[in-house]
Amino acid sequence: MASDVRPSPPASSPHPLAPSPYVVRSQTTETGDTRTLVLSPADGGPVRPALPGQFNMVYVFGVGEAAISLSGDPSDSATVVHTVRDAGRITAAIAQATPGQTLGLRGPYGHGWPLEHAKGRDVVLIAGGLGLPPLRPVLYELLAHRAEYGRIEVIYGARSPKDLVYYDQIQQWRHRSDLRFQVTVDAADREWYGDVGLVTTRIPDTRVEAGNTVAFLCGPEIMMRFAARDLEARGISRASIWLSMERNMKCAVAVCGHCQFGPAFVCREGPVFRYDVVRDWLATREL
Amino acid sequence: MSGVPGGQPPRKVPLRLADHPFFQGLDPELTAEAGRLAVERRFATGEWLVRDGDPAASFYLVYHGKVALEVATAEKPHLTIQTVGPGEVLGWSWLVSPYLWRLDARALKPTQVLAIDGARFREALAAHPERGYQFLLRLLPILAQRLENTQIQLLDIHGL
Repeated sequence: MASDVRPSPPASSPHPLAPSPYVVRSQTTETGDTRTLVLSPADGGPVRPALPGQFNMVYVFGVGEAAISLSGDPSDSATVVHTVRDAGRITAAIAQATPGQTLGLRGPYGHGWPLEHAKGRDVVLIAGGLGLPPLRPVLYELLAHRAEYGRIEVIYGARSPKDLVYYDQIQQWRHRSDLRFQVTVDAADREWYGDVGLVTTRIPDTRVEAGNTVAFLCGPEIMMRFAARDLEARGISRASIWLSMERNMKCAVAVCGHCQFGPAFVCREGPVFRYDVVRDWLATREL
Repeated sequence: MSGVPGGQPPRKVPLRLADHPFFQGLDPELTAEAGRLAVERRFATGEWLVRDGDPAASFYLVYHGKVALEVATAEKPHLTIQTVGPGEVLGWSWLVSPYLWRLDARALKPTQVLAIDGARFREALAAHPERGYQFLLRLLPILAQRLENTQIQLLDIHGL
């Protein structure tokens, strides 16, 4: 195990493998295959406290469970929010859950974004595709304590305009004067007047003080690899760049080994890792 | 976001070649030569800068606005594959025989550029190979970056 990999956080569920019943309160269609669910505990109690960047195991009874990042406002103690893409049998069942339906949740698990390192510094958030939901709690937190941070820049990329999640909320964020929120898509038709190109094309234009900046990245692994490289070229140190890794998480308690990434288990030491810790692992083929 | 076409009109101050990042730090003689071949142009929203197949007579330094680079396919006649904004350079077909544009470029909002005469600038580069080499070294990283971006786009990373 690498020495810079963080130790395991304390178990947060009554029993690490026992799901608690949560009721779907609302479902919002984000894109053709992506839905946002708002859930609350079936017993009417508060939700378990969670940190931005952590994830829950979401269980559709009789179908199976999948690891889904928390994507709601961390200050909301009444509900849990998950944005889910229909990418297979289990995530399809989660995404199609309807209001009133009961799902099982266990968690939260893993290490979240190190917001303590962002205090007093400029912050760059880079999200690709469904990488925005795990970063949205960070943005809620930054904006709730705006004076404690320097410049905030968000770069969000998607395959096409119709693949953008949180569209209306992004419009509101883009109108804020204390936040620069750039959106770019890989390709577009003529209805789109925004930027077209990879998220990496927006990095040279970031207006941050590189030596006093932290960057949080979430999205396809290849995007994060190129983005981290370009952030380094922009002058941001490897130790100030953090990535949220995705692996096949099954047990979420570092027992089954499905999410092993080099010497680490993503469910326990991640999903958020410091770039200088994982940089060599990212470059290792078939790891 | 999609927003609306338009935006702030370009400023009405003369554009200076030395203010554009692409020419900053290049040989002063080369910059002066490009300046002699430069013409300021403005494009309204929706107006074409270049059309696929037309002679690539110039290249453009963008100062204000935004330009969509489009390709046409049978299924998608107007597919934007990249946007180019202030501080960026548009076009290298003027350097590559047969000097024809290989895509369409359309202003997404009022756009202000310096257009540099490609044929005469080629002659200037050929007349001073050291300057020409320096110029190509400035252009090459941009081409390499765009090639890499294209490779990643081809991977369709959001669908992985």
